[in-house]
Amino acid sequence: MSTEVARSPAQPAPRREGSPWTGLQAVVAKELADHLTGVRMQILETLMLLTAVGTVYAATQSIRQTIGEDPFLFLRLFTTAREPLPSFVGFLGFLIPLTAIALGFDAINGEYNRRTLSRVLSQPIYRDALILGKFLAGLATLAITLVALWVVVTGMGLFVLGIPPGGEEVARGLLFLVATLAYAGIWMSLSMLFSTLFRQPATSAMTAIAVWLLFAVFWDMLAALTSQALRPTQYGGVAEELAQARLHLLLARFSPNTLYAETVIALLNPAVRSLGPVLITQLEGAVLGTPLPLGQSLLIVWPQFTALVAVVILLFAVTYVLFQRQEVRA
Amino acid sequence: MSLAVETFGLSKRYGDVVAVEDLHLRLHAGEVFGLLGPNGSGKTTTILMLLGLTEPTAGSARVLGWDPTRQPLEVKRRVGYLPDSVGFYDELTAWENLRYTAALNGLSSAEAQSRIGEVLERMGLLEVAHRKVGTFSRGMKQRLGLADVLLKRPQVAILDEPTLGLDPEAALEFLALIRTLKRDGLTVLLASHLLHQVQSVCDRVGLFHQGRMVLEGTVDELRERVLGGAYRIHVEARGLEVERVLREVPGVVRVSRTEDHTYRVEARHDCRAEIARRVVATGELLALTVDRPGLDEVYARYFQQVESQAGGAA
Repeated sequence: MSTEVARSPAQPAPRREGSPWTGLQAVVAKELADHLTGVRMQILETLMLLTAVGTVYAATQSIRQTIGEDPFLFLRLFTTAREPLPSFVGFLGFLIPLTAIALGFDAINGEYNRRTLSRVLSQPIYRDALILGKFLAGLATLAITLVALWVVVTGMGLFVLGIPPGGEEVARGLLFLVATLAYAGIWMSLSMLFSTLFRQPATSAMTAIAVWLLFAVFWDMLAALTSQALRPTQYGGVAEELAQARLHLLLARFSPNTLYAETVIALLNPAVRSLGPVLITQLEGAVLGTPLPLGQSLLIVWPQFTALVAVVILLFAVTYVLFQRQEVRA
Repeated sequence: MSLAVETFGLSKRYGDVVAVEDLHLRLHAGEVFGLLGPNGSGKTTTILMLLGLTEPTAGSARVLGWDPTRQPLEVKRRVGYLPDSVGFYDELTAWENLRYTAALNGLSSAEAQSRIGEVLERMGLLEVAHRKVGTFSRGMKQRLGLADVLLKRPQVAILDEPTLGLDPEAALEFLALIRTLKRDGLTVLLASHLLHQVQSVCDRVGLFHQGRMVLEGTVDELRERVLGGAYRIHVEARGLEVERVLREVPGVVRVSRTEDHTYRVEARHDCRAEIARRVVATGELLALTVDRPGLDEVYARYFQQVESQAGGAA
């Protein structure tokens, strides 16, 4: 310590010392406990459980009739819809963003409003540990919820259908979980970003929900309109239609919802061979309806999956930088 | 005596706004130092810089020998901070809140258990340890805040507006708790705008104004320096020459007549006995009281003087 005192005050010290991850474990443990015991999450988890049970039960009713015809029966549990219920995956598409937003929308501004931020940051930790801890705890909560749901669905499948899932079905199911986690991560990091930008939790929650509505409801319409306006089909030729469809797809893929939907379709339905428009000539020699091996399905969705993960990282990085630059005082 | 906190020309600007300007602060180990001044005079900014929570624009600081900008973890391991209107997680109990702080400080769970019990007992909160903090009164939260500060067994405690929002009784109790910190050998830095409330616990004070520390010293020193006479004596007396007599008393700096028979005397020391003797010799003495002006007055008077000097120069 004496050397520290001896250092002249005018001489700039080296960069900050100590690990930025000091205290990370404590933050993760606390946030995780908050999420898992909080009323907010319990309501959403109950809701998810109910929809899982409901949709999967409905799915088993319609699947029963086709037992023995389908080698990927278990995956049908996720994707089969039966009027008036949508499929389990369809429900998840709604509930996951909501849950993720609920996990993040008051992450930072909540600390300001409760006036706990300066107290927590005056403990021997860096800000890095706080924000990363909150992010990891949110992801862990989502992962726990998703795995629990997946186990419930699989268990119900075993119980009702009476046949065990194959190895590839389990693998596809788990990959579907990972993709869903990435999709959820996007909404969570987005709501955390808003919680850093806005002082009021209500504002950040509403903004995050507005963005989600934009992508869930309006984005596809906008993509369709734009592609029709930019690539009109004047003569009705194949080239024109193809150009329009390609533009439409390109624009639609700016939405995380599209990326996620494509990933899920290709993972849960092994018969899917392409996610874009396909020409007849490209199908020469293909046996339609035959399932692809897992590796090939994975290749199809690799760009989509990478994009989902990249968006999570990008949003979190922006949040991280903003939070680092913020004043501690409210 | 060794220095617990030392700053060298510490400055902080937000754009054009100067929050703290060229601050040279020296806190001796084991003293209670009052950082006093109105809201927005730079007290909290100074504290945040000492904890490494805000980067200074210029200058540097040493807290217990560590540089808060570059070695904030070392500083924060040894310095406890009670922020102004401290907040807790309302949905957690007092115990759980402190357990989080203990975990952030890297205490083992056995160590945390015993320390939490210890600090809660010291703050008189042991009975409510397992109640949610949301149900706590302002005064209880403030004491929990002090428990939170003591949990890490700091060498320096920085308390920002510790008595703000407390009723007078709770404020006095809290000040008494602060005195116990000094007894334990802690160095205490106390920031407040309630000058009269905290002057009694401070060994030395620094008065802040617009980001600058304009006065520094013990309360008595400041009184002497700014008010000249540190004693104010009210005299009620009948007699023709009372005013002249009062002026001639040694140690008297100023005499003013407030009402018909009442005079206000400012003196360097307590010269009531001499005043009584002389007034009785020439007239009738009706009443004689002394009051020692508080820091509020020192502060107000200082700025009157600064302004009149500025006016005189212009």
